[in-house]
Amino acid sequence: MLHIECPYCGPRDEIEFSCGGEAHIARPSEPEALSDAEWADYLFMRANPKGALAERWCHGLGCRRWFNVERDTVSHEILRTYKMGEPRGGGSGGAGA
Amino acid sequence: MKKNKRYSIFSLLRNARNYHENWAEAWRSPEPKPSYDAIIVGGGGHGLATAYYLAKEHGITNVALVEKGPIGLGNTGRNTTVIRSNYLWDESAAIYELSLKLFEGLSQDLNFNVMLSQRGLISIGHNQHDMREIRRRVNAIRLNGIDSEMLSMAELRELVPILNLSPNSRYPVIGGSIQRRGGIARHDAVAWGYARAADDRGVDILQHTEVTGFRIQGGRVEGVETNRGFIAAPKIGVAVAGHSSVLAEKAGFRLPIESHPLQALVSEPLKPIFHTVIMSATVHVYLNQSDRGELVMGAGIDAFNSYAQRGSPMILEDMLAAAVELFPIFSRVKMMRQWGGIVDICPDASPIIGKTPVAGLYFNCGWGTGGFKSIPGSGFVFAHTIAQGEPHEIAAPFALDRFTSGALIDEHGAAGVAH
Ligand SMILES: Cc1cc2nc3c(=O)[nH]c(=O)nc-3n(C[C@H](O)[C@H](O)[C@H](O)COP(=O)(O)OP(=O)(O)OC[C@H]3O[C@@H](n4cnc5c(N)ncnc54)[C@H](O)[C@@H]3O)c2cc1C
Ligand SMILES: [Zn+2]
Repeated sequence: MLHIECPYCGPRDEIEFSCGGEAHIARPSEPEALSDAEWADYLFMRANPKGALAERWCHGLGCRRWFNVERDTVSHEILRTYKMGEPRGGGSGGAGA
Repeated sequence: MKKNKRYSIFSLLRNARNYHENWAEAWRSPEPKPSYDAIIVGGGGHGLATAYYLAKEHGITNVALVEKGPIGLGNTGRNTTVIRSNYLWDESAAIYELSLKLFEGLSQDLNFNVMLSQRGLISIGHNQHDMREIRRRVNAIRLNGIDSEMLSMAELRELVPILNLSPNSRYPVIGGSIQRRGGIARHDAVAWGYARAADDRGVDILQHTEVTGFRIQGGRVEGVETNRGFIAAPKIGVAVAGHSSVLAEKAGFRLPIESHPLQALVSEPLKPIFHTVIMSATVHVYLNQSDRGELVMGAGIDAFNSYAQRGSPMILEDMLAAAVELFPIFSRVKMMRQWGGIVDICPDASPIIGKTPVAGLYFNCGWGTGGFKSIPGSGFVFAHTIAQGEPHEIAAPFALDRFTSGALIDEHGAAGVAH
């Protein structure tokens, strides 16, 4: 089980959280201007790196807030956790990555 | 190198005389040639079957199969071997049924016993919603000409006397369905049988050869870079399951795939105690008893992306709780081994088979938690797609561009469970 540092509550067991997948995917600001291929990229294509990945987690059994985690997908080591809206560090994930 | 001889009762007797010390190797380990007519990347079941059908059905025998480790040790050698074709949508029914039909003749075709055991596959329901869904599926499956039947409680009791059918259990069983042609097969035998038969037709199986990149000129693939040097081919088929996104990135495009760990475990061997495959979507467990007597059980995936071939204990705990609830008789059985594989999950839980944005480069992936059963069918249609340069009609709906057109094939809950 992972030991995840919630930026609001501190370190807790993974069982209190749920993983929301890739972070930093911005909803298109002009949806009507998007091509089908751009829609497909936004909706379905995902960063799936072997290495550092930025992803969203929700502390469902705690403060119930969403935040971001940078985690290594091979060692599962959590490199960093940070609040939504704070700038990303490394790790693939997010549009264009 | 000794000739790859036909296996038969006579070869068995002949080799028994020498204490089985003189069996010919099942496939060669040649040096890579500088170029081939086609390269298949990934020596799991899907890659090996593709190489075999390229040679057998399309006469393309100047083929290399490139595998970074030994063959068959990816998901193919880690899965719980459930085979069935009772899928909801017509597109899925077509490919999984083709696969089951090929499985039914596979041991003869490959001259290798894949130990197909069509012992029947039972899905059980625990509430009214489950039962409505099971009935809907049974009807849809039958409309596609595939065998599927509802099971009463009395029939369930007769087929699996040890199943807990008490109305007092936490999630009481209230009915189910069965595909009698469903069952299990020996996973290693499927990989080895395809490898041996492909080698026999001239395919070079190159183990310990890792693809590290693609050479692409003007949007067309020219070959693969490997740890053993560059190998050229005008056509390349990639079937690397959990590593599909990694190779797609090297070829310069993105996939709608996420890699997750999926776990299984086996118990100590027991005397024969039940002879079907049982799965429950609601309490999430599927299990069968192997020919060696072990209980083979599959759990769910971890929710996060991972390339580590291991899953979390809490996932196992959930699964074991469900197993013991359904089979109280197993509560004191010891578990022997547990392991994980990295499965390639697609948003619509259906595979991707066919062309990519790079000409000459084909991908076969996204089989996720359920692609053992599809190895023969997938290899058959993928070989056709590579040989003809156009998708086989059964493969066509599974093209990557369905994510752009929106024609998804939503098989979430087809099994309801991961297998
Ligand atoms: C625990 C578990 C239980 C399962 N249970 C079932 C079940 O009951 N029924 C069912 O139908 N399915 C099941 N599955 C799913 C099934 O195992 C897979 O869908 C199927 O085996 C995929 O086969 P494959 O040939 O595509 O991949 P794999 O068998 O994983 O083969 C891919 C190969 O590609 C190689 N490779 C990767 N990268 C490179 C590279 N760069 N260069 C060269 N080679 C590379 C790997 O080493 C590997 O050998 C289960 C899976 C797991 C993990
Ligand atoms: Zn919190």
